[in-house]
Amino acid sequence: MSDEDIVNNNLTALVVDDSPMIRKLHEMHLKKFGLKVQVAENGKNAVDLFRCGASFNLILMDKEMPIMDGAEATKELRIMGVTSMIVGVTSLDSIFERQAFMEAGLDHCFTKPLTSENIIFLLQELNNKNNEEN
Amino acid sequence: MERNPMRRQLQTLRKSLFDQGYLDDQFVQLEELQDDANPNFVEEVVTLYYRDSGRIILNIEQALERKPFDFNKLDAYMHQFKGSSSSIGAKKVKAESTLFREYCRSRNGEGCMRTFQQLKKEYATLRRKLEAYFQLARQAGPVETACRPK
Repeated sequence: MSDEDIVNNNLTALVVDDSPMIRKLHEMHLKKFGLKVQVAENGKNAVDLFRCGASFNLILMDKEMPIMDGAEATKELRIMGVTSMIVGVTSLDSIFERQAFMEAGLDHCFTKPLTSENIIFLLQELNNKNNEEN
Repeated sequence: MERNPMRRQLQTLRKSLFDQGYLDDQFVQLEELQDDANPNFVEEVVTLYYRDSGRIILNIEQALERKPFDFNKLDAYMHQFKGSSSSIGAKKVKAESTLFREYCRSRNGEGCMRTFQQLKKEYATLRRKLEAYFQLARQAGPVETACRPK
């Protein structure tokens, strides 16, 4: 995938995190790569967006959030039939807790904060996923 | 070589923040996200950091007033604080957070209290330095590109 392909995409993303700082940071990271980004403050808001008919190619999901955490939101979205790429972004350092988060239905899990390298990887994965589906 | 004396001063100040260990590469990642459309991005993120983390500091202070210490709760708070601090590249603050968590795990209350005092000092020092840096940056005008410290 060329650098031009990476930036010239029609991809959409949802950043789900209760920290305004992280939402701002990840939103900017994704926008730099040409994605159209929305944000949600917690898992319930994310699920509600999908229930209202919104869809996104990529969801960045924090784990620890009030009202509905990332694992619960991920499970709910998968039960609803959401096939978006869901990527956990967490500061959890327990392997056991990360594994449990992955098992909720994540495609990948990264440590906060995301880096440009992480995003390039995700865009390549999304590109591969789109090619497989077409 | 920067000709504008104020920009030279800004570059010197910026370099000192890295050389003295206050900031790490994550701060450079923030700078690389800043552009003409978002000229104050780094300052906005740092402002949000101090707002968010200030609440966590208060929670930890209150938790340290309750005896016996709930080390699990203290560790959870500090884990959150460390994550936020990592996001802006606050290197010394992050180091003190790590030490605090080690004292939590070894159930060393005195170590926690001592480290927390040091952490607050580093946190306040970084805030002062960054405020001075952003003030100078505003006076100097836009800096062209982020560059990694040598």
